[in-house]
Amino acid sequence: MASERLTGYRRADGRVGIRNHVIVLPVDDISNAAAEGIARLVQGVMALPHAYGRLQFGADLELTFQTLIGTGTNPNVAAVIVVGIEPAWAQRIADAIAKSGKPVVALAIERHGDLATIAEGARHAARMLQDASALERVEIKREEVLVSIKCGESDTTSGLGSCPTTSVVVDRHVGIGGTVLFGETSELTGGEHLIAARCVDDEVRQKFNDFYANYIAMIERSGADLLGSQPTEGNIRGGLSTIEEKAMGNIAKTGTVPIVGALAHGEQPTRAGLNFMDSSCAAAETITLMAGAGAVLHIFPTGQGNVIGNPIEPVIKLTANPITASTMAEHIDLDVSEILDGTLSLEEAGDRLSELVDQTICGRLTAAEVLGHREFVLTKLYQSA
Amino acid sequence: MGDSSVGDGKKIAVLVHNEGDDVGVAVTDLAPGEVVAGWLDSQRRATVAVNEAIPLGHKVALGDLAAGADVIEYQVRIAVTRNAISRGDLVHTHNVRSARWHQSA
Repeated sequence: MASERLTGYRRADGRVGIRNHVIVLPVDDISNAAAEGIARLVQGVMALPHAYGRLQFGADLELTFQTLIGTGTNPNVAAVIVVGIEPAWAQRIADAIAKSGKPVVALAIERHGDLATIAEGARHAARMLQDASALERVEIKREEVLVSIKCGESDTTSGLGSCPTTSVVVDRHVGIGGTVLFGETSELTGGEHLIAARCVDDEVRQKFNDFYANYIAMIERSGADLLGSQPTEGNIRGGLSTIEEKAMGNIAKTGTVPIVGALAHGEQPTRAGLNFMDSSCAAAETITLMAGAGAVLHIFPTGQGNVIGNPIEPVIKLTANPITASTMAEHIDLDVSEILDGTLSLEEAGDRLSELVDQTICGRLTAAEVLGHREFVLTKLYQSA
Repeated sequence: MGDSSVGDGKKIAVLVHNEGDDVGVAVTDLAPGEVVAGWLDSQRRATVAVNEAIPLGHKVALGDLAAGADVIEYQVRIAVTRNAISRGDLVHTHNVRSARWHQSA
């Protein structure tokens, strides 16, 4: 079932990555063009354009900084070029990433312009990419791989097949001492008491309950009817009728192990085991936060067929919906639809997913990676100034 | 529903998460008529008479439900009914709603 030998990249801070990216990280929206210019000149370097970074303030600004820094320090990243319009914030992000021991440079566009910035960035990028390509994979332990889970475009087959399959792998990974992140705060509604009951102690339980209550209060303040948003039109088309039913499918992927941590948006886990992270249920936002917290491999059960990927962590997608598996085959890494007619047991499906996880750790590309799905979306807490 | 010995050898068309659930999920497109339901926790099987077309992934009522009643799936309340629902009916947003999103009325 499991490979004899797993390989990855051991970074200067001791953490383990399974990819070896050199990234160009814009501090703000107006630096995207320069970042993408660098990545166009040096093939194999990846730019991560995004929509924010200007006039943010307070907790919202701190979360952007934390996510950009966490993305740069993620062990799947070998080296980073930070590009910002102003030098101070670019340097602040680069300095924080440098603490992880990996190569990083900061470039500012003001008083240089895009073209000079791109030229200088491309020279750094070329050297960083050659240096990264010389790094060798080394033997790693499976439990060193920080795994994140989040499902999307769920339907009732998610709760019957793809989520319980993920659950098998979550229990196995935590069982050997590994760490798994899950989130989707509002999508626990109807089963939040089950999550609270699994918290390992009262302190974690209190933190979880506070995250949950605050998120739901924010939604209720809007006064909006969430039918069509949560559950989504796709969820409803797939047979899910309410948020509670969707939540139970969501929870079905979290295994049976205790919850050892309740983390804020993008916060790094400190305890091995299953950790809850306060987060949106939008796939790109949540996986971006999880990668920012250090996750290097993502397992994504889907029902109707979410096509999500992430630039930093490979996203393995599995479905138990036979229609999705056949009509969207190029997006699906693992088809477990035989669970529905009883010809595939959950344990067997878990074995198949474990095998695919091992292959992905060792370098096999996911469907999202080969199709170029690199959704990188910062979580915005409120309007900019 | 028929007794638990019914349906052996026939393919399961409706999967039910837990004993006591009010609904099961069609695992193939269903036409009206008798089909076999299988319970994931107890492994029990029984026949269910389906009243209308139920697409793959959509739910069928396993018993009669009064208007305003809780709908149990996964052994928890996943909805309340908008109106009375008969055994064998399709259960979806037209006849059930969230008990928790109060604005989704």
